[in-house]
Amino acid sequence: MSDRLLVGTRKGLFRIARGEGGRWAIAKTWFLGDPVSAVLAEPGGSRRYAALGLGHFGVKMQRSEDGGETWSQAASPTFPPKPEGLEDKDPMRGVDVPWSTQLVWTLECGAPGELWCGVIPGALFRSTDGGESWELSRALWDDPRRKQWMGGGYDFSGIHSILVDPRDPLHVTVGVSVGGVWTTRDAGASWELIGAGLRNEYLPEAMAGDPLVQDAHRIVQCPAHPDRLWMQHHNGIFVSDDGGAIWRELTDVPPSSFGFAVAVHPNDPDTAWFVPAAKDEKRFPVDAHLVVTRTRDGGAHFDVLDRGLPTEPAYDLVYRHALDCSHDGLRLAFGSTTGSLWVSEDQGDSWQNISRHLPPVLCVRFEG
Amino acid sequence: MATVLRFTPNLYRHLDCPDTSVAGATVREALDAYFQANPRARGFLLDDQGAVRKHVAIFVNETLIRDRAGLSDPIGEGDEIFVAQALSGG
Repeated sequence: MSDRLLVGTRKGLFRIARGEGGRWAIAKTWFLGDPVSAVLAEPGGSRRYAALGLGHFGVKMQRSEDGGETWSQAASPTFPPKPEGLEDKDPMRGVDVPWSTQLVWTLECGAPGELWCGVIPGALFRSTDGGESWELSRALWDDPRRKQWMGGGYDFSGIHSILVDPRDPLHVTVGVSVGGVWTTRDAGASWELIGAGLRNEYLPEAMAGDPLVQDAHRIVQCPAHPDRLWMQHHNGIFVSDDGGAIWRELTDVPPSSFGFAVAVHPNDPDTAWFVPAAKDEKRFPVDAHLVVTRTRDGGAHFDVLDRGLPTEPAYDLVYRHALDCSHDGLRLAFGSTTGSLWVSEDQGDSWQNISRHLPPVLCVRFEG
Repeated sequence: MATVLRFTPNLYRHLDCPDTSVAGATVREALDAYFQANPRARGFLLDDQGAVRKHVAIFVNETLIRDRAGLSDPIGEGDEIFVAQALSGG
């Protein structure tokens, strides 16, 4: 049972722990004042990683060997020197793509000692020494199609989702904003662009089905059934049964299929959760009514869950990394832009509000 | 040649960086000499390509350096390099 939660916010990292009477509360704080854009708890281990975006002073990775008691600065993912004279322009605005990490967007564990890190601008880094050093996945960065990645809400494209196949850690699939779904079978030596069936309707019709322009907001993989992927796309909700090669769109999901976050049950591939918002330029709960949606049958039906969520008008947006399911599949947690945080101990049927006064929540992860 | 190197106190929270004296004929040479003994400091001041971070300002005496990518601005005996932050964010 996961009794602890790491919450990365605009102003620091928080541990939320379950106390007496099942009441969850802030148990510890770290890095107060600094944005924590990504956090990772080593499954079953005591290593923790936190990515700090220090603004003026750049991205800094922090690592703890003792479950968060003490932290020290570790290596940050760093781009190699940009070759003299190389043209590398953002396709939207024609400005130079910085060969310099702007934001660590996501962190995942791979094989023992292996870490993957997705950053803005859109690049993937791999560490094989527990974060002592990082290497840019050169094959993906140097693929000429990478220069067509457009980016979405940020100035440059980025990698927000990294799925390491539990059956084979050499098989890694990443989601790019806005640049589609890419997969490697050799730990990054070569990459394939996948994603048949995805649809990006805000682009010209002839482009809408091009896998390269797909605007995935977040992709998750069912650990017990790794071929089942769920995607919250800018356009809506998509599901794949073959590791992301082919997707089908779920339409008419109430109250909206727009959003950023998705979580999947670790053992039941048909159970997934979303936090919808009014699409797409508004981005707050439909009718100011914050709800979580859940399917238990692979997307045929959705429950709209709101017990314990605000009864007054709510304008919370839940970012793509700010919804998580515990490793046993029983508990859920999500945090929002208003600094509110909720936990469910019954798979979303009811919710406990933990705080309404945190800094804006960027990422949420169960420990243990 | 000895040049005084000072940092904004805002960095003290992240780095142990008291005022020091460095040698070099350009800002690049002076900072490289400093980074040799203080390698962690590099990533706070410079981006991955070695240019001054967007929101970091480097002054020689009271003048902002001109070459933020190459750091070729000359320095001399008795000059002072000051590393500041251009305030932004919220």
